[in-house]
Amino acid sequence: MSSDKRPVFDWLFVVAVLSLIAAYVRAVYFTPIEALQGAAQKIYYVHVSAAISAYLALGVVALMSIVYLWLHEERADRLAESAGEVALVFLTVVLTTGPLWAKPIWGTWWTWDARLTLTLFLWFLTAGYLVMRGAVDDVAMRARYSAVLGILAALLIPFIHLSVYLFNTLHPKPILLKPDKPSMPSEMLITFFAMWGASTLLCIALIGARYRYGVDRDALRALQSDGGA
Amino acid sequence: MKPTLLGATWLIARKDLKIEFRTRTAFLAVLVFAVLGVAIFYFAWDSTAVSAMDLAPGVLWVIFTFSGLLSLQRSFGVEQADRAMDGLLLSPIDREAIFLGKALANLVFVAGILLVTIPAVVVLYNLPFGWMLVVLFAIALLAAVGLVAVGTLFSAMAANTRLAELLLPMLSLPFFVPVVYGAAQATSTLLAGRPTAEAWPFLKLLIAFDLVFLFACTLAFPFTLEE
Repeated sequence: MSSDKRPVFDWLFVVAVLSLIAAYVRAVYFTPIEALQGAAQKIYYVHVSAAISAYLALGVVALMSIVYLWLHEERADRLAESAGEVALVFLTVVLTTGPLWAKPIWGTWWTWDARLTLTLFLWFLTAGYLVMRGAVDDVAMRARYSAVLGILAALLIPFIHLSVYLFNTLHPKPILLKPDKPSMPSEMLITFFAMWGASTLLCIALIGARYRYGVDRDALRALQSDGGA
Repeated sequence: MKPTLLGATWLIARKDLKIEFRTRTAFLAVLVFAVLGVAIFYFAWDSTAVSAMDLAPGVLWVIFTFSGLLSLQRSFGVEQADRAMDGLLLSPIDREAIFLGKALANLVFVAGILLVTIPAVVVLYNLPFGWMLVVLFAIALLAAVGLVAVGTLFSAMAANTRLAELLLPMLSLPFFVPVVYGAAQATSTLLAGRPTAEAWPFLKLLIAFDLVFLFACTLAFPFTLEE
């Protein structure tokens, strides 16, 4: 069985956590404080890198949904499931760090800006996707339903984005719109890239760990149903 | 002889509508829910601070969404009894036709609800009568197509899960955002007496949504059935 070939120790996960710690230390102690926003700007490193990781994981979900409907490959479904769960974690990080930054800088926890709204609905869609997965018992049916939902959700994203775009151009908000990001000095840029790399590593390591759990769970179920028969 | 896609669609829709017409329970229940909702909403706002005219579009489209969800719930629920779904799948018609027939029946159902709800909103919220009513119906029909396309597919999926009644709203509501948004904005633009051209971007959004999701959901439906 495939489980015999598995490494005993999850090196990727350890490297990811260590590099995340290193990036945090750099961001907190060795990166200059931004002149206009003060310490609050440091949330940026966590927030943006988590957002990119969330998009990466969601991209995997959408791609694996298409692959599953095409090839009916069980592994594609398991990978989509793993990436979906990890995406929810990173989206939650984005949605909690965002308001924490927005309150001192924008003066409000939340505004219905295009990106914020889209992220919120991505969270709802991902949560719905995972709840649905938990509500279907038949393995093949669950995989097909999930793949259909994954693809439809990908089709929905441009519509939600367009809705908010129309909303913002016709009813401009007076003060709260996001200003253009100032070009960053190189120290900050390096911190950001470090955080981005660490976050991506963590994302991949988590998806991998979750995937291996899926393999074990399915193998256990197969054994249990054999034993019961 | 195998019927054509359109012929089979019509057969399925007629079957569903006949069941609904003979029992009438679901239609009356959803209708009462919709009108009750319109009345309840009035008490949730301070009518001296917000004019009824500003409230009406929001109320109409929120009620539209929720009564639509209620009516979609039973679309595939009725096929669960005595495994009627298996009979449908065994019959010599395309699976796309099953979806389109179900969707058509749902569209008629939702349109019937709107036929009463829209006048109820107009009367209870003192909106101007006249051509506005026709325009409202037209927007409602555009919105209903998108709602029904996505809702019928999710109804088929949710009926086979352990959380059927909970899962349908959870899956559908994010998808209704562009529909409700487009319909509500188009309505309030027109109700405020602004030129029709200003409502056009929202109508385009609705039409695009209808086309994309009617097509995508029809193609996706066969994947949600047993193979």
